[in-house]
Amino acid sequence: MAIEPSVHAHEEPRSFWRRYIFSTDHKVIGIQYFLTAMGMALVGGILAMLIRLQLGWPEAKWPLLAKLFPRGMSGGVMNPDFYLALITMHGTLMIFFVISLGLVSGFGNYLLPLQIGARDMAFPFLNMLSYWTVVPACAIMLASFFVEGGAAASGWTAYPPLSAVEQAVPGSGLGQTLWILGMALFIASFTMGGLNFVTTILNERTRGMSMMRLPLFIWTLLIASILGLLAFPPLTAAAILLLFDRHGGTSFFLPSGLYFGERVLPHSGGSPLLWQHLFWFLGHPEVYVLILPALGVALDLLPPFTRKPIFGYRLTVYSLFAIGVLSMIVWGHHMFVSGMNPYVGEFFAIGTLAITIPSAIIGFNLIASLWGARLQLRTPALFALGSIAFFGTGGLGGIFLGNATSDIQLHDTYFVVGHFHFMIGGVTLLALFGGTYYWFPKMFGRMMNERLGKIHFWLTFVAFYAVFLTQHFLGLGGMPRRYYAFSKFEFLAPIRDLNAFVSVAAFVLGVAQLIFLVNFFWSLFRGARAEENPWRATTLEWVAPTPPPHGNWGETLSEVHRWPYDYSVPGAPEDFTPQTVPPSVVEVTR
Amino acid sequence: MREGGEQLKHTLEGFFFAFVLFTIAVVGIGLGVQRWLPPLASEHGAGIDRMIRYLILTVGTLFVVGHVVLGYFIWRFSRQDRVTYRLASARAEKLWSLIPGIVMALVAEGGVLVIGLPIWQKYYLRPAPPDAVLVEVTAEQFAWNVRYPGRDGRLGRTDPRLISYENPLGIDAQDPAARDDVVQLGVMYVPVGRPVHVRLRSKDTLHSFFLPHFRVKQDAVPGMTIDIWFTPTQTGEFEIACAELCGFGHFQMRGLLRVLPPEDFERWLAAQPTFATSF
Repeated sequence: MAIEPSVHAHEEPRSFWRRYIFSTDHKVIGIQYFLTAMGMALVGGILAMLIRLQLGWPEAKWPLLAKLFPRGMSGGVMNPDFYLALITMHGTLMIFFVISLGLVSGFGNYLLPLQIGARDMAFPFLNMLSYWTVVPACAIMLASFFVEGGAAASGWTAYPPLSAVEQAVPGSGLGQTLWILGMALFIASFTMGGLNFVTTILNERTRGMSMMRLPLFIWTLLIASILGLLAFPPLTAAAILLLFDRHGGTSFFLPSGLYFGERVLPHSGGSPLLWQHLFWFLGHPEVYVLILPALGVALDLLPPFTRKPIFGYRLTVYSLFAIGVLSMIVWGHHMFVSGMNPYVGEFFAIGTLAITIPSAIIGFNLIASLWGARLQLRTPALFALGSIAFFGTGGLGGIFLGNATSDIQLHDTYFVVGHFHFMIGGVTLLALFGGTYYWFPKMFGRMMNERLGKIHFWLTFVAFYAVFLTQHFLGLGGMPRRYYAFSKFEFLAPIRDLNAFVSVAAFVLGVAQLIFLVNFFWSLFRGARAEENPWRATTLEWVAPTPPPHGNWGETLSEVHRWPYDYSVPGAPEDFTPQTVPPSVVEVTR
Repeated sequence: MREGGEQLKHTLEGFFFAFVLFTIAVVGIGLGVQRWLPPLASEHGAGIDRMIRYLILTVGTLFVVGHVVLGYFIWRFSRQDRVTYRLASARAEKLWSLIPGIVMALVAEGGVLVIGLPIWQKYYLRPAPPDAVLVEVTAEQFAWNVRYPGRDGRLGRTDPRLISYENPLGIDAQDPAARDDVVQLGVMYVPVGRPVHVRLRSKDTLHSFFLPHFRVKQDAVPGMTIDIWFTPTQTGEFEIACAELCGFGHFQMRGLLRVLPPEDFERWLAAQPTFATSF
């Protein structure tokens, strides 16, 4: 028995607290996630700037910074422990607390019910709970900087024994425990969110919204959520085991004979490789949890600015599925030289490179979507086009790393750093920005400044290439990652000076993001009032009033009659035909 | 119709985007033709370099073509005033997708199957040849311990409980095989032209034995002994770097690898004090 959700069940709460703080409205929660991610991005970005300051000029003194970080930069010189805490927390914050929160949870929550024509998520209370679970996770992560020994310093991958043995590295004290707790809370939150996404997409679509009429962003959210649900629990388990190893005297990841601080530790029987398997069983799908929605945004931003449908909708959906399935069985490509059985390495190499095929099809479809277009280079379009270039560059770099043989030389060098920044740093960031410029009018009823947006894009785009393309070549030169300085090795002498250039470019990249912040807050209050459908787009969110009221739609839900990309339909009165327009008015072309 | 000024601005913006993408492609070529890899000094490394050069050539071509095509499309279609191609048929979409599919199957999958994995198998799946020089490398925060088995060809037993300042590897003096072991810190000597069999261990945390000139990289995992082998082809002094985060001194965990002519190596080894004499 189908029960039509009544409008009255969605009556808007009156009090400030229920409306804006402990809200169950998906739009408020989406914006909460988005703003939280923005705050965490600011921290993560500052960490990146400090990292680049150290790598660009490893011997320099910064007396001013000594006042800001009396422990980490005593005397104005960064100490190596602090550097390791910086890289660990930069990675952790950016991956889990910026991209996951902003792109998946932020945009996902805000747009999902709107784009499928629902009034809210399937489980609004769970949705609120998931947000309020991630808030303490953020607080714990940030607090870890201020505890004895500083924040976790074993890398975002938290490989034991470094992350399991307190004596191994100063950050392996309370900082590492907090890291594990923060991650556990984050995963709990993300799992609630994922369940909500999958259920909502499968059950709450409005009449006529068949699966093959979903915008591609929704498809990517669905696949990413399923991946997250499958991949995150093993990491939770691993994190709990790690906690036992640290505080309970167990030996899941610790073998016998570990010699630290002039004594043999009492552990025996565990294996550090077990953690690596469990971590990457999550870690690799997690990459796709981030990048698929980013591609979804890029795919969905193209049609409104090319004024034509996306190329290869069906094949893109199939390719997304193929990537999703394959991504679950390729984690070992992070472990080619870990001591894992080399026969298994062959399997992972072949599997990994198979992913290039569906990925290339998606990349091809993105480019092919431009063919015959009436391309309008508004800010969101710039970011969408930029993310195509990043996806190509990052994806092609992956072919070097998925290949076990070339990975022997490139593993754990700056080639890897350059590669993953293009993918989970670049494609996702451009999608996050492009999406913000695009949906800002829907969220806040105002337009963002176009000129500032374009400056932001060009500085970001060019500086990003300068930083991370260069790093690929530093990696070919053998420059290892996670090094506090490159001054100790002669073989790095010919290339290490390039780091100053990389750092300058990174600072440009950092400053460019301030332009975005200024634009965001200026436009929030002073931006030009947006029309109902400023981009003349076809998807359902633009049919809803701006900003959408509680419950999104008026008395009746809209009915969908066509796929989301009916632009420039011959004979139609406008060059865009919203999904709600019945076939009797405009012909359905697909 | 757009106004003239608007149209011009639009054309310029499209041109600028294309120009940036073309520049990236050109810079990519300029960087790609440089020699970045450290000079090669091992036999199997030639295979790894062949793999990398193949990828630089093929993948680099795709990088350049991709950027040029994207730039050209943006330039060309930002000048258009109307949509000239709207929707491909399902058949056309399928046919076109064969192009990226086949290209990737050939370049990526073909590359690893034809060039990559045979080299991988030679490097990893074959045991060290019987005439190899056996060297045990034990990593610790933040140094490389090197041990040779001595004349008997057998490494003595070790036990972490025996580790002391004088006996950093915890070698068991009771074991007769240990008596002629030769222990070194930070410098590894090997002969040129003969396979070197490295038994890799770690005392404390993860490390990675990285010989940039030899295309050797292998994690050292506590609790495991990992066997690898390679054949040096050049004499000289090379660096050993750590490539797996191991603590605050990770960046300065430097060792040296001295590759000597075989007779010099034998002379050097014979001149070293053994475990029995030094302990």
